[in-house]
Amino acid sequence: MEKVSRIAGVAAPMMVDNIDTDAIIPVPWMTKADVDFGQALFANWRYQDEAGAVDRPDFILNREPFRGARILVAGTNFGCGSSREHAVWALLGFGIRSVIAPSFSDIFYENSCKNGLLAVSLPADAVADIGAKLDGGDAGLEMTVDLEACTVTGPDARTRPFDIDPARRTALLEGLDEIGMTLKDAEAIAAFQARDRDSRPWIYQAGFNA
Amino acid sequence: MAGTLFDKIWDSHVVASRSDGTVLLHVDRHVLHDLGSNIAFAKLNKAGREVRCPELTVAAHDHIISSAPGRRDDTYAEGAPFAKALRENTARAGIRLFGLNDPLQGIVHVVAPELGVALPGVTLACGDSHTCTVGGIGALAIGIGTSELEHVLATQTLILRRPRTMRVRFDGVPGPGVTAKDMILCLIGRIGAKGGVGHAIEYAGDAVASLPVEARLTLCNMSIELGSRIGMVAPDDTTYEYIKGRRFAPEGELWDRALAHWRTLPSDPDATFDREVVIDATEIAPHVTWGTSPQDVLPIDGRVPDPEALGDAGARTGAQRALTYMGLTPGTPLDGIPIDIAFIGSCTNSRLSDLRAAAAIVRGRKVAPGVRALVVPGSTSVKREAEAEGLDAVFRDAGFEWRESACSMCAGVNEDRVGPGERCISTSNRNFEGRQGPGARTHLASPPMVAAAAVAGCFTDVRRLGN
Repeated sequence: MEKVSRIAGVAAPMMVDNIDTDAIIPVPWMTKADVDFGQALFANWRYQDEAGAVDRPDFILNREPFRGARILVAGTNFGCGSSREHAVWALLGFGIRSVIAPSFSDIFYENSCKNGLLAVSLPADAVADIGAKLDGGDAGLEMTVDLEACTVTGPDARTRPFDIDPARRTALLEGLDEIGMTLKDAEAIAAFQARDRDSRPWIYQAGFNA
Repeated sequence: MAGTLFDKIWDSHVVASRSDGTVLLHVDRHVLHDLGSNIAFAKLNKAGREVRCPELTVAAHDHIISSAPGRRDDTYAEGAPFAKALRENTARAGIRLFGLNDPLQGIVHVVAPELGVALPGVTLACGDSHTCTVGGIGALAIGIGTSELEHVLATQTLILRRPRTMRVRFDGVPGPGVTAKDMILCLIGRIGAKGGVGHAIEYAGDAVASLPVEARLTLCNMSIELGSRIGMVAPDDTTYEYIKGRRFAPEGELWDRALAHWRTLPSDPDATFDREVVIDATEIAPHVTWGTSPQDVLPIDGRVPDPEALGDAGARTGAQRALTYMGLTPGTPLDGIPIDIAFIGSCTNSRLSDLRAAAAIVRGRKVAPGVRALVVPGSTSVKREAEAEGLDAVFRDAGFEWRESACSMCAGVNEDRVGPGERCISTSNRNFEGRQGPGARTHLASPPMVAAAAVAGCFTDVRRLGN
């Protein structure tokens, strides 16, 4: 996983609650050959046609300067629904490196951490305030998310702290290979299974291939 | 110390506790499918890693496949590369695949309990959010993303943070025409689409204890629609009776040992939960959704809500947006809204009992003119059993399509799509914008309610039709 520390750039407000992973990437876009997931981001909202040839001009990510957005500011329960990690890949593929919302679904949040997409929870009133400032545009559209300092700086230059689990923060900052780390516990896994095989033999004797 | 069902399963599966607050949790059963696994296998191969426990892993071919009678891997062309990858990956790793021509094929969350792959007390992971379904037999079943899937393939464990616990008690027994689907829709309407985030839910109470296992699977299925990755029902004699004799269930002495273990799993009487929700099940009516989130749901005798009447600004904007998308006017009675499509299927409601309940409404009636109605059984076994009972004839005679097992119209993953602006009443689990196809308008309801709408041509209170 790539290391993440500080993300700065244009932020796009999408102040809708419960933006689900079917909206972030519809299933048909997960199975198209020769389509990168970034092209598929918000396909049903972004394109007028199923092939994705014609943009909807009113959709925010089709407008300048949001075509180059690095940060998304959204409503509560962002990423609810399906477990598809493609939702995270679609955001990253488009160029979004951080999503700021009052809350995230558990699976989406986990998937974000595994891919270096910085999902930041701020209180609902703070997100609403940032969203309103971005909508107005008077204060500018640039924001910064700093994982070292655990702060978000809004378009009005107001800086707010955010909380993140220290283990997740370290993993993101260092770009850790979790599987590699778990494999260092291979002996513990083998020991667990050896004990477990004695106490719950039916788990290991299902005979799926028999 | 007193423990909950969740605590007991979680604690007994901890391989290692780490100082950062995470645990390494052993995965007893890993279930793969065609849409979710190919990228994980590719990454695993690229890293030069092996599947650690193929003997604890199974795969089913369910997502990107046609449901057309006589289908093949490439009947739905876009699925062909996924089918090939699934076959090759599972063969190389020595993983049992319930493929297209296998009589054991079906939707992952239907076949896992049906075949005895899932058992009480197991930890089960699958790269699909509706894995929580399987908690209905007393398993700790959790939906995972691709990176976690790769982690399970390589290590047979997951790195997890312990969720909080919630008990939802349904007191009393619901009236006729009210199903487990209505119970869970009612709960989602009550506590909202993020009401369960960060929690593992245990469903309990008289109404849950009296549900057959298949209905408990339906109940747990939509836990994720509350934001909960885990939903569970304590195993009991109903569960053991359901499991005994299943294809991969333990037998003989192993059965006796397993049963003795399973009987220790239910939550202790004095166990405490971080959160308790109580619902009076006797007051639950058949439900149907009106908006684009499962929390946008009302009893069938309700009316499309007026966004202006909602206090919260966010809720008002959300409801307005939903009604525009759904093409509905505030104040319209739900009972009587005309439909284009009626879909019976998905991991929520495609089991034999669901098909029986729908067929009981359909028998002797006809699908309303202009309505497309289809049944997509949850597994090839369900299809065969339904045919043995003559249910296929009941549906066909009424004008329903009788198709092959697949995820199908639930997620618009094959040719079974709802067209732009078309209104579909569906036994599936998500009414999100575009879920069943771009512009599709989805309304969630129980199998009897969908059957009733199919024959009436509009949403109808199934209690008026009776059996």
